[in-house]
Amino acid sequence: MTSPALSIKNLKKTYASPVRGTALLGRLWDPRASKGASGTEALKGVSLEIPAGDFFALLGPNGAGKTTIIGIVTSLVNKTSGSVAVFGHDIENESEIARTYIGVVPQEVNFNPFEKCIDVVVNQAGYYGIPRKTATPYAEHLLKDLGLAEKLDKTGWSLSGGMKRRLLIARALVHKPQFLILDEPTAGVDVELRREMWGYLKTLTATGVTILLTTHYLEEAEQLCKHVAIINKGEIVASGTMEEVLALHDEDTAQKRGYRGGRLEEVFLQLTSEK
Amino acid sequence: MFTSFYTIVRKDVVRIFRIWPQTFLPSIITSILYFLVFGKILGERIGEIGGHPYITFVVPGLVMLAVVTNSFSNVATTFFQAKFFARNIDEVLVSPTPPWVIISGYVAGGMVRGIVIGALVIIVSAFFSPLPMTHPFIILLFLILSSLLFSLAGLVNGIYAKSFDGISIVPTFVLTPLVYLGGVFYSAQALPPLWQKLTYADPIFYLINGFRDGFMGISDISLSLSIGVLLALISILVAISWYLIRTGLGLRQ
Repeated sequence: MTSPALSIKNLKKTYASPVRGTALLGRLWDPRASKGASGTEALKGVSLEIPAGDFFALLGPNGAGKTTIIGIVTSLVNKTSGSVAVFGHDIENESEIARTYIGVVPQEVNFNPFEKCIDVVVNQAGYYGIPRKTATPYAEHLLKDLGLAEKLDKTGWSLSGGMKRRLLIARALVHKPQFLILDEPTAGVDVELRREMWGYLKTLTATGVTILLTTHYLEEAEQLCKHVAIINKGEIVASGTMEEVLALHDEDTAQKRGYRGGRLEEVFLQLTSEK
Repeated sequence: MFTSFYTIVRKDVVRIFRIWPQTFLPSIITSILYFLVFGKILGERIGEIGGHPYITFVVPGLVMLAVVTNSFSNVATTFFQAKFFARNIDEVLVSPTPPWVIISGYVAGGMVRGIVIGALVIIVSAFFSPLPMTHPFIILLFLILSSLLFSLAGLVNGIYAKSFDGISIVPTFVLTPLVYLGGVFYSAQALPPLWQKLTYADPIFYLINGFRDGFMGISDISLSLSIGVLLALISILVAISWYLIRTGLGLRQ
């Protein structure tokens, strides 16, 4: 039996409170370097499974815990407790193997803007053990596919917001990951380009790549994804196939709201709205 | 593993050579000024130390000064910028690159800069002073040890720093006093007994004496003691760096 692309069990994360009252030292050195027991509880026992080959949406309001989950899966955030496995490999005990499966497009642009686009992508391949000679033609191919053919030798500074997003996608794909994590990849991207990106992501899932998508464009998730989970205040409040989650739609509540969005949007508000 | 290491080093070395007016030129100009002031202008009044002209006596210390400050600042700044400015350190952290490869990659970048600067300062010094090269292999060994030690120290500083002040405070308030009090411009034997003992607690003292042994064959302490102390300090910093990268303290939330 194939292992799920992602298996999360009872995942908890508490962020340490900022160090207070350390006038000089606290300003100079990172308070994250000292562990704290108390703080903000970002995840309160999340369990989740994403089958291999799935297109999965993880939805939630700002601060719900989506980026924390992605941070833990990609080893950028240390979990407090629980377990996470990528294609059956525990991210703690087999972290280096688990990471070979993952490609990540972060929410914030995080490449070195002084580097040329081609170098951003080829260097990333290098970190995965792919030599420059092998990586360069594939990186060029990816950048051309994503409409950045003219920008290969330009630095990150010269790119528009949408181009930067596409460069992040090319960088995430250069080592041919089996599990692609997209943290709000279309934020700030215009409608036409967003549609193009949807098309590109669909072709990727057709080749067997598993995708985890977080987005605030719910129509995007509704159109693209097979499964969905909705997270609110660090807890999963709904999860299942898109049809199962859409079936939670409550017409009476929706009518009371006045403005009507798509069905997923209504379910989302029904489950997460505090009003 | 090697490809990851090569990628980190290549990226840094390309940057170091691309911005050579920022990375190489300042140390060369500073060294020329030191040679002029302490060597030519003041040196001629001081006379000889250990049978060598004063300018020749200060060359090893000035080479070491350039190596130490450049190795340290290169790694501290590169790592801090990758962590804080663009957050592109995440590119490496999400990849399967093991902690020891991340450490050795960043440290190797600092060592390249330190050793190249050291070689350039040695070349420049030849224009101002006759430069004996009594033990070339010892000079090379101490170039490697000093750049390695202070690249590691720069890495630890870069991991912990959370503001630009955090990476400038160590060179200004720790490194510079250690360098000047470690015997760049004088022999520890010229100090009163108490100050001599305090000088032994300064790691820079062992570096300077190692260099001086390599250049002139004279030293305040034995070569094996210098190498032993430096290897012990390097081991401690390797362990700290490995622990910090492995656990993500200062890097992961």
